Amino acid sequence: MSKDDKIIHEVAGSEYKYGWVSNIEEDTLAPGLSEETVHFISAKKNEPEWLLEWRLKAYRQWLKMTPPSWQNLKIPPIDFQSISYYSAPKPKKKLDSLDEVDPELLATFEKLGISLEEQKRLTGVAVDAVIDSVSVTTTFKEKLGELGVIFCSMSEAVREHPELVRKYLGRVVPPTDNFYAALNSAVFSDGSFAYIPKGVRCPMELSTYFRINAAGTGQFERTLIVAEEGSYVSYLEGCTAPQRDENQLHAAVVELIALDDAEIKYSTVQNWYPGDKDGVGGVYNFVTKRGICEGRRSKISWTQVETGSAITWKYPSCILKGDDSIGEFYSVALTRNRQQADTGTKMIHIGKNTRSRIISKGISAGQSQNSYRGLVSINKGAENARNYSQCDSLLLGDQCGAHTFPYLDCSNPTAQIEHEATTSKIGEDVLFYCRQRGMDEEEATALIINGFSREVLKKLPMEFAVEAQKLLAISLEGSVG
Amino acid sequence: MALLEINNLHASIDGNEILKGINLKVEKGEIHAIMGPNGSGKSTLASIIAGREEYEVTKGSVLFEGKDLLDLAPEERAREGVFLAFQYPVEIPGVSTANFIKASVNEIRKHRGEEPLDAASMMRLMKEKLALVEMDKSFLSRSVNEGFSGGEKKRNEIFQMAVMQPKLAVLDETDSGLDIDALKIVANGVNKLHNEENAFLVITHYQRLLDYIVPDKVHVLLNGRIVKSGGKELALDLEARGYDWIKEELEAGAPQNS
Ligand SMILES: Nc1ncnc2c1ncn2[C@@H]1O[C@H](COP(=O)(O)OP(=O)(O)OP(=O)(O)O)[C@@H](O)[C@H]1O
Ligand SMILES: [Mg+2]
Repeated sequence: MSKDDKIIHEVAGSEYKYGWVSNIEEDTLAPGLSEETVHFISAKKNEPEWLLEWRLKAYRQWLKMTPPSWQNLKIPPIDFQSISYYSAPKPKKKLDSLDEVDPELLATFEKLGISLEEQKRLTGVAVDAVIDSVSVTTTFKEKLGELGVIFCSMSEAVREHPELVRKYLGRVVPPTDNFYAALNSAVFSDGSFAYIPKGVRCPMELSTYFRINAAGTGQFERTLIVAEEGSYVSYLEGCTAPQRDENQLHAAVVELIALDDAEIKYSTVQNWYPGDKDGVGGVYNFVTKRGICEGRRSKISWTQVETGSAITWKYPSCILKGDDSIGEFYSVALTRNRQQADTGTKMIHIGKNTRSRIISKGISAGQSQNSYRGLVSINKGAENARNYSQCDSLLLGDQCGAHTFPYLDCSNPTAQIEHEATTSKIGEDVLFYCRQRGMDEEEATALIINGFSREVLKKLPMEFAVEAQKLLAISLEGSVG
Repeated sequence: MALLEINNLHASIDGNEILKGINLKVEKGEIHAIMGPNGSGKSTLASIIAGREEYEVTKGSVLFEGKDLLDLAPEERAREGVFLAFQYPVEIPGVSTANFIKASVNEIRKHRGEEPLDAASMMRLMKEKLALVEMDKSFLSRSVNEGFSGGEKKRNEIFQMAVMQPKLAVLDETDSGLDIDALKIVANGVNKLHNEENAFLVITHYQRLLDYIVPDKVHVLLNGRIVKSGGKELALDLEARGYDWIKEELEAGAPQNS
């Protein structure tokens, strides 16, 4: 092996830094999926009858569906009967403050460098921490309450704001949308709900840190964000998972709804356990994320930094229904070892003068496969729609793959569509330049990769961008400082 | 002990011998100029000193403060105090000059067992050195060399040199592409940095630079060998007469050191 190959090998093969298992008491349902399971979950959460019916309908649909197979992924068959569909940390009593939270949980967050206390004090971020399936703690609720902003767990929303949930749940991602969305609709355990009333600019970033924490437990989050007329919200989602050998299925659904002049910014840093060097273990991340720009001049912006998961199947999309609405997708996906990612977006232009922008940066190392898949669809009535797409791939080594699958479906001749794509390797001369200035190859590589991703990283809120930058470096470094 | 000592250095690339027995000794406090026609091996020599891996050293040695330089990785050489101002500085998209320099400075500090510089001190250091090469601080937030003019790239090299304070700086045609004002600025920067503890190896085609940076010695590199060495007057001779007379002298078997 040449020296460069060796470095790339080391860089690509670094151990997962966040691999540990915490010992929070679990309350876990035995594996298996049937109508009974759906009844159990719904009952456990004291749900109203309509929601149980909604779930059952989704379940019956799901039975008739098959997993999608068009993506550029090799997915081993999943035995849905071997998965446990409910798991909750047992709160000893109702929690009023962080002091009452399981110290083990707090320690877990500290290991991630995202101590809730610090977050609260320093950044003014309201954190709704989700461990496994049930929200453990919600902060800043009162302050948000004064403005009429609702930010709570989905279970709580179902209890406290049933009319809103009933109105919007499944509106953007119907239960029958696809195999995994149907599964999620049947068994979703918890998630987040945010509602921003008319004209309110949410003063702080709403943030949820997800963790998968129970062996053999699938996690089915459901997130719903509604931004009323003229409102604004920035939402952060981040996650890591402990190392283990069994594959863990994650099939989340996220729905965003932006009314007239509203803006939703949704940022994700995803770092689930990717499996070991040989691809054993790791999370399967099959997510349906979609937003609708329902109102005129509304805007939805997805930003994602994806470094984790064994398999990623994810296409945060925008339906641009309102005239003059804007959809954006900024993505960095880094794959290494035997990770597979098939990710991208769909921009569906329906309204007039709608605009969309797609910036995708794929970084592949090791023997990983990294695909961008994007659809730009211009409907008949979408006069003067505009799209700009740019997909750049960076390869580290020669055993990995980068693929780009842009689809275009244009039914209106006034549309202006631009697509640019590049594939490159890190140049020897750039590496040498950095090394001549005292950086070793790993550090140089991390620096160059951060530069490559900058257009996307700068779209993240400040603190998140710093974390994401570290994450990219950590994911690539052989040794972690 | 010489700061840099090169003995009978032979190097090839893809089986072609480019350096054919270089001998060179640079003491602390000295400035040496290397001149020579295109393709004679000047950049190759600079690259080998800095540690570029595609060149194969087939014979000879390079000692830096008595230690074998060829044993060290490029980054280790840099941390030990070897700096190369590139003939063609590369662009690094998305990486701000400030971030780049921060990473570089902190690596060197780590090597010396020093703590990383805090943000304010780092900023102070950069601003001070920017002033030395009369560059605007807006360069700090721009991506490394991206969209820089030819002259700005060269000045950026000297700026980095000023920040890193190397013991040995090799300047590979830092003067080419500079207008006369920029040339003075660069030369002035070098002169300010020059002291009894460091040394400069200045590769250039033009005597002009040597009006401002006055060398202790001038060497002529021809076809992979140093064929003539002299004082600063040698540069004037070369300027006036070109290289042919040296080639003729060589053929006639004249002594190689004047
Ligand atoms: N990477 C390389 N691959 C092939 N040949 C090379 C390489 N690097 C240098 N050479 C060859 O070695 C010889 C010396 O090149 P070098 O760049 O050292 O010359 P130089 O003296 O710096 O010239 P100039 O004044 O034009 O900068 C040239 O013939 C060049 O083509
Ligand atoms: Mg040269």
